[in-house]
Amino acid sequence: MDVRADPTRQLVRLRGRSYVAFVFSPVVPIVEWLAEIDATLARSPGFFVGKPIVLDLAAVDLSGPAISHLVGSLSERSIRVLGIEGVEEDRLGANMPPLLTGGRACVITRNEPAQKPEPEPKPKQTSLLLAEPVRSGQSIVFADGDVTVLGSVGSGAEIVAGGSIHIYGTLRGRAMAGVNGNSSARIYCQKIEAELLAIDGYYQTAEEIDVSLRNRPAQAWLQGDTMKITPLN
Amino acid sequence: MAKVLVVTSGKGGVGKTTTTAALGAALAQSGQSVVVVDFDVGLRNLDLVMGAERRVVFDLINVVQGIAKLPQALIRDKRLESLWLLPASQTRDKDALTDEGVGRVIEELRSRFDWILCDSPAGIERGATLAMRYADEAVIVTNPEVSSVRDSDRIIGMLDSKTVRAERGERVEKHVLITRYDPARAARGEMLTIDDILEILATPLLGIIPESQDVLKASNVGTPVTLNNAESAPARAYVDASRRLMGEEVAMVVPAERKGFMNRLLGRRAA
Repeated sequence: MDVRADPTRQLVRLRGRSYVAFVFSPVVPIVEWLAEIDATLARSPGFFVGKPIVLDLAAVDLSGPAISHLVGSLSERSIRVLGIEGVEEDRLGANMPPLLTGGRACVITRNEPAQKPEPEPKPKQTSLLLAEPVRSGQSIVFADGDVTVLGSVGSGAEIVAGGSIHIYGTLRGRAMAGVNGNSSARIYCQKIEAELLAIDGYYQTAEEIDVSLRNRPAQAWLQGDTMKITPLN
Repeated sequence: MAKVLVVTSGKGGVGKTTTTAALGAALAQSGQSVVVVDFDVGLRNLDLVMGAERRVVFDLINVVQGIAKLPQALIRDKRLESLWLLPASQTRDKDALTDEGVGRVIEELRSRFDWILCDSPAGIERGATLAMRYADEAVIVTNPEVSSVRDSDRIIGMLDSKTVRAERGERVEKHVLITRYDPARAARGEMLTIDDILEILATPLLGIIPESQDVLKASNVGTPVTLNNAESAPARAYVDASRRLMGEEVAMVVPAERKGFMNRLLGRRAA
């Protein structure tokens, strides 16, 4: 409403805004250079979409019709040229892109999703810590290293680890260590009432575990191909 | 704030339904408004223990499926004004329950009651998982037997993973209730001790309910044990448990064997 009430002349506001333009610098033979462009487009079709494109013709000496043909060939590939550099103005016809000057070189940051550099892969976890008791029916599988359980492992629960298994509560379930062929893996627990212990495929069931070990801190390891279970103190 | 409490166990026959009715009645007696919901679709019992079996018209399934409105299915207890029952269907099976349907009914119950007690079916299938799905708290009913304790351990694991609270990264507050505790057998070492059970389950104790004929008598006459004979040992243990649920500090009583006359005479041997 204010605008209409005010009869004074409206000022045209000019604002500056800068975009980073791709600069194409064709070289002879133009046909091969176009083939190069086609190859880029084949790899990432949307690469030039929405990007300002400037043609730098300083390296070639093209006549007016040849420039017109080149611009035409590019627009056939859905590449529209914003402006042309490095050529005398009189070679550009009326329906050609305008001549640009004063461009400054800069680095192009590619922000196309496919072109994004892969984020640094996180260093792989080599141990797993469980602060809660592992309940009956739960199965914890961790092939990349050691598993530490601060609570107990219930009857009917199982821990499978690529490395060693450490249990600071009572082990009533199954513990399988060194499943990826790591025969130096061990199983430690504060109280042993295990249903099954296994290291690298060698196993003992509850029946085979010496009764005198029951309810005591114990460790299990492999000596050759026999499993040893000894008290921990 | 309404609280949804699931009474669950994994194993059957440990006393979930008895516990739901007894705790529901005890909470209602202390002035809370309570609804007990039977999730044991196809094998309903809670209506019998509550003595409401002849008044069932609509049930949980009807409400979940939108056939009946919630107030049509709710049955008010004849003895306690603030105690209500939402019965299960006996003719359908547990597949008739849907996650969204149960969620909707629980939401509606939350706006009407202080306590929503869900009586879970045995097992770990659909009925049991849906009964615990929306729970804020859980009472895990356990007998002092290895099989019951292991099943309870399994159920606790599910409470920590399969409930809405667990999926939101919150916790379901869990309590262990030991039922059918027989002091005589415990003294002879024929049962798991309280310490053994708590050590295995690593969950706080809500109460110890002694094995008693009063429980059977009460369910035969269709009355929650806390109402039938309020002076009986199991009734007092359930009332204590309900007070602990409401946040009161009540000293834990481990039921002891009542010694006979001869025992008392001869029980003390001179050194």
